[in-house]
Amino acid sequence: MTALRITQGAAATRLLGVGSHQPERVVTNDDLSKIMDTTDEWIRERVGIRERRFAAKDELLVDMAVIAGSKALADAGLAPSDVDTVILANCTMPTPIPNGAAQVADRIGVKAAGAFDLNAACAGFCYALNTASDLVRAGSARRVLVIGAEKLTDWVEPTDRANAIIFADGAGAAVVGPAETPGIGPVVWGSAGDLVDMIYMRDDRWIYQEGQSVFRWATTQIAPIALRALEVAGLQPSDVDVLIPHQANLRIVEAIAKRLRAKGAREDMVVADDIVHSGNTSSASIPMAMDHMRAAGRVKPGDVALLIGFGAGLSYAGQAVICP
Amino acid sequence: MADKPSDEKILEGLAEIVEEVAGVSPDDVTPEKSFVDDLDIDSLSMVEIAVQAEDKFGVKIPDDELANLKTVGDAVKYVSAHV
Repeated sequence: MTALRITQGAAATRLLGVGSHQPERVVTNDDLSKIMDTTDEWIRERVGIRERRFAAKDELLVDMAVIAGSKALADAGLAPSDVDTVILANCTMPTPIPNGAAQVADRIGVKAAGAFDLNAACAGFCYALNTASDLVRAGSARRVLVIGAEKLTDWVEPTDRANAIIFADGAGAAVVGPAETPGIGPVVWGSAGDLVDMIYMRDDRWIYQEGQSVFRWATTQIAPIALRALEVAGLQPSDVDVLIPHQANLRIVEAIAKRLRAKGAREDMVVADDIVHSGNTSSASIPMAMDHMRAAGRVKPGDVALLIGFGAGLSYAGQAVICP
Repeated sequence: MADKPSDEKILEGLAEIVEEVAGVSPDDVTPEKSFVDDLDIDSLSMVEIAVQAEDKFGVKIPDDELANLKTVGDAVKYVSAHV
């Protein structure tokens, strides 16, 4: 039998750069209270959001992805030709065909890129990050641009007081490439398809969530997965400098942080609270939070960050990374 | 198996949980009080209370049952019947 030659990739990978983009239009809680039965106080108490960004009608998911992706490349000091693969995590493209990744790659200037969309909803970025890392380690890709971008406002009923206050638009991106020492830890990922009815599109159109059930799942089941992600990377909870959970709801973020601290995470561990000014941007929230926190000086290069995404599917994925 | 806790013990345990989750004084957590209307506890805090009560008393309180627990007394009765 003829044996095939196979590729040999990098021994390890790391994040080379990050970037993000938000639409211009800021929407406050008071703005929302004019079109639905809600108040600033109610929203801040339930989900911790003060304001979020909504994309204009003509600003598309791929437009936001292009800007975030270009910024991540610039941050890494790389040209588009240094990347050969683009993964676009998202769950809110306007139509299923065509995918977004090929257009994004072309517009950024990555010629003939391997390009595909990845849908693991709010866990999408962590799924895509691991996929990118494995592609580089296997030799299928040299460097990968990983983007999470969403236009959730296309899929939320504008006066739905349960969801329109939470979801928003934006994009975040990271470049993954080879490294001498590992900067992206092994993923812990999984799904619970039996709980699919907790988050879905009602009448095939609008996002619907079983709020209490999602809250219970996220506040009890996600911290143990985050702890396992540390364990497989050979880390202790006390090693974590920055915790970046998917920005679903500030109370979920705080509940996860509390459970990690009960297991030894430090009191001075920085906890991402980007949702306060960005809302829930699904697959974009983790890279966007990392980028914003770094710009604010709350995250430094070399910090150990614990990423954990979770959402519809249900699906979840987490890994430890070294911040670029 | 441990002895089944008395209703007084369950109430005391619930009051501790409600204080930790929602900052309500244990003295205010009495059987006739409504969680939502009297103690100003929202639906997400109710989930946190349920999760902690499950750990403390070794019972299961599914979300659809949780919706029926309007008063502190309802919760004491539920825990007592399922422990």
